[in-house]
Amino acid sequence: MVSPVCSKQIGVLHKRFKQLSHNEETLRRDHFNEIDDLAFNPIRAQIIEAFFDRRNFHQNGEGKVQEIGFEEFVVVMSHFRPPSAHMTEEQRGKTRREKLRFLFNMHDTDNDGIITLEEYRHVVEELLSRSGTLEKETAKCIADAAMLEVASISVGHMEPDEFYEGITFEHFLKLLERFEIESRMIIRFLNMDTTTLCK
Amino acid sequence: MPSRTVSHGASGRLRGLFLVMVLVFLEGSVFTVAVASSDQHSPITAHSGSHKATDHGSHNNTGKAFPVLDLNYENVRVPFEISLWVLLASLMKLGFHLVPHLSNIVPESCLLIVVGLLVGGIIRGTGETVPPVLDSKLFFYILLPPIILDAGYFLPIRPFMENLGTILIFAVVGTLWNAFFVGGLLYGVCQIGTESSSILSRIGLLQCLLFGSIISAVDPVAVLAVFEEIHINELLHILVFGESLLNDAVTVVLYHLFEEFSGIGSVTLLKGFLGVISFFVVALGGVLVGVLYGILAAFTSRFTSHTRVIEPLFVFLYSYMAYLSAEIFHLSGIMALIACGAVMRPYVEANISHKSHTTIKYFLKMWSSVSETLIFIFLGVATVAGPHDWNWTFVTVTVILCLVARVIGVVGLTFIINKFRIVKLTTKDQFIIAYGGLRGAIAFSLGFLLNKEHFPEREIFLTAIITVIFFTVFVQGMTIKPLVELLAVKKKQEAKRSINEEIHTQFLDHLLTGIEDICGHYGHHHWKDKLNRFNKKYVKKCLIAGERSKEPQLIAFYHKMEMKQAIQLVESGGGIKMPSAVPSTVSMQNIQPRPSTKPAPERAIPQLSKNKEEEIRKILRTNLQRTRQRLRSYNRHTLVADPYEDGLSDLFLKKQKMFQIEKKLKEMNTYLTVPAPPPDSPTMCRARLASGKHTDFKPDQVQKGNKMCSDPQAYSIKPASNKVPMIQVDLASPQSPDSVNLLDEFGQANQQEEEEQGLMMKPPSRPREAKKPSEEDEAKDQQRLMRCLSDPGPSADEDEDGAFLP
Repeated sequence: MVSPVCSKQIGVLHKRFKQLSHNEETLRRDHFNEIDDLAFNPIRAQIIEAFFDRRNFHQNGEGKVQEIGFEEFVVVMSHFRPPSAHMTEEQRGKTRREKLRFLFNMHDTDNDGIITLEEYRHVVEELLSRSGTLEKETAKCIADAAMLEVASISVGHMEPDEFYEGITFEHFLKLLERFEIESRMIIRFLNMDTTTLCK
Repeated sequence: MPSRTVSHGASGRLRGLFLVMVLVFLEGSVFTVAVASSDQHSPITAHSGSHKATDHGSHNNTGKAFPVLDLNYENVRVPFEISLWVLLASLMKLGFHLVPHLSNIVPESCLLIVVGLLVGGIIRGTGETVPPVLDSKLFFYILLPPIILDAGYFLPIRPFMENLGTILIFAVVGTLWNAFFVGGLLYGVCQIGTESSSILSRIGLLQCLLFGSIISAVDPVAVLAVFEEIHINELLHILVFGESLLNDAVTVVLYHLFEEFSGIGSVTLLKGFLGVISFFVVALGGVLVGVLYGILAAFTSRFTSHTRVIEPLFVFLYSYMAYLSAEIFHLSGIMALIACGAVMRPYVEANISHKSHTTIKYFLKMWSSVSETLIFIFLGVATVAGPHDWNWTFVTVTVILCLVARVIGVVGLTFIINKFRIVKLTTKDQFIIAYGGLRGAIAFSLGFLLNKEHFPEREIFLTAIITVIFFTVFVQGMTIKPLVELLAVKKKQEAKRSINEEIHTQFLDHLLTGIEDICGHYGHHHWKDKLNRFNKKYVKKCLIAGERSKEPQLIAFYHKMEMKQAIQLVESGGGIKMPSAVPSTVSMQNIQPRPSTKPAPERAIPQLSKNKEEEIRKILRTNLQRTRQRLRSYNRHTLVADPYEDGLSDLFLKKQKMFQIEKKLKEMNTYLTVPAPPPDSPTMCRARLASGKHTDFKPDQVQKGNKMCSDPQAYSIKPASNKVPMIQVDLASPQSPDSVNLLDEFGQANQQEEEEQGLMMKPPSRPREAKKPSEEDEAKDQQRLMRCLSDPGPSADEDEDGAFLP
């Protein structure tokens, strides 16, 4: 299922795809590594992985691929489209779930449907990875506190010897319900101008 | 101004306060009258010191008795008057909140204007001329800056920047539209609608346009006063408020432009073009001046670690200088002030102490509150003072045109703006924005400044301005609250920012930047990211002292949160369960991976029998009681000078060192966990705090007797005997297993740790565990908490403590 991205945008994306893949048919990870600007990004590994994650291709697949074609590229990009002007509540809810699912997949690297404490720690560590090695312990503390918060919000009451497995997708939804993700997780495709394409 | 209604209305107290207020009120007006009369150098003054002086002069040679009790009012007249006014204003503010239900129906600004009217009426009633209190100089240089600085310093940067385009369009294009529409149509009405002999027809086009530009500006003081009480959602608040701040540049330019033109009498195209240029100069120049002073202030605050008491003064002085410097060059002082406050805030807050931060916050709130109150009272007084020239046509047409222009302007602009916005503005939003366009004292002061020779119709203008102000403040101010309720406009979300949201905000920022880079699109996020990187790499190093410059935002946020939780815990008595956003019984223990799920290598972890558990718990409890007392005595002989004030950064650095030391200790300690004690014991509560270092079991430890692993939750006890287990607490560290871990006192294991203990207190002759730095920390923590207890601290809006740079 190709998501409804308008034809002009697809044209622009196609141009970019060709540019990134050096006119080949498929993109591979090393093509992404060539993008200079990404080098500064602390979570670049996860972003690149998201492109090769079958769960993001809307085909109920799982696991990773080694290379993607243009169709998959567009499908991944479509997670970031702005909401259309007139959306019903139901559509809005659906978009939210889709975007949050994308985020969830980025965190849940072992694809078991829950974000465990280790995975969450990894997320926070990556976020702080640019600021020196001194922060590893603090990263752990932050992740633990965050996890505690999720558990408090989602489960509420737990006996001292119960164990909270991890963040399921439902808990994740509940956690970020005030986050207004449908208006924040957007790239404005429409304003993309081919002349400003960076190398 | 957050209104606090007294829940238990003590009617006796109320009456008493009212009586006092009436008394002071009367006194105040009597004195004002007396004072006003002494202005006129008339001989009717019965009490002025000059009387006594003449007495002295004439009786100089007759050996008058030494005056035991003398009266000399003239010397203190001016400060005395000023203090009386301020006192009056403050008592009024007090009184309003004691009267039940009044503050819910009528906004404060209306009440204050009424009070001003009363005072003015009383003064006039006693036959004296009312002093011109709303003098433009007083207003622009003394009364207005605190309000603007308060707004600018606590401006929520993220929503402001996100909506900057919209705000600018409303401020610039909207104000221009209003000015020309009102001015032009008014001129038309004056020319056409009235007979050629009436006063109105003599008002020129330029004068009308000038009047239009004065009256069209939305006033930040009035908007703040009214919107503060209706708790509307953040987007609308920042839109209207941002507009009221940024339209100052437009108003300044238009005002000076039309004033010049009216003086000269002719307009050329060149002058018009220069006018446009001057707009950019005024706006951007003002911002530049503000940024400059902001950077200076940030730089200065870097060096204030030894003189903490004057830190707030720098903030105020630099901001005020920015305002005055901008006024020298006729640039926009308001924009300078906003830019200064917004720029300096992230850096200054990273440098100054917690107390200074509180001081700045409270002083700004206090000054802006008093200023606002005074402004409204003076508006009332000035209304009575006149001079007035009531002209039905002019006034009514003005009022109607203002409303119509505002509505058309907002609707039209929103139509255009919505094409570029992701989150569109709905009709409800537009209505609130249009309805919230209040006029206030700035318009009046600008009108007051008009020169009588160039503008013979000054009185007509002033009357019209006052009418519009009254109309907007009274009618719109009073009805906006019920309308907000009626239209079910989204209100401000009260919930606190959680650590998860912070993590995901950062994550999303990086994600979107990454996607933009992949798309090849140099968008919004790309530039923001570049700015952040620039800021981190160069600017922060210059402007922030010491280690804090490297602290990433997430960590800063997290430390702040920890601090707040610690303060909260102490304030709530310590024994009660910490109030958390969501009441739950989930604690750290529940989320830590169970030891059984980890591949456990050889050693078995011995389980304690129930009896032993009980014993240990008893020991713990008794020792904890003792610890508290002992730690207090440590505080009196504090070894570290000013641990709290000297910055948390040092504290956390020490923590890092501690981690390293702990790692070295791994082979030394064994770990046993005591299953959680009952939920309401002090240990449990402390354990529930988000702190603690060791969450993982360290199965590779060697067992030795009943040594336990360290739980940073526990207090460290000065060891009384060999067998007393030592417990430690570190309130500021984030992890806490519910297990309480104990460190035992075996001397031999610890000798070799003595050297590594760096910053320690050397208690007499006891072999100490290697967690000494944490004991020092506990003393500091305790001290810090003690100090926090004495200062309740800013418990209001956490919104203002929002992110540093976005």
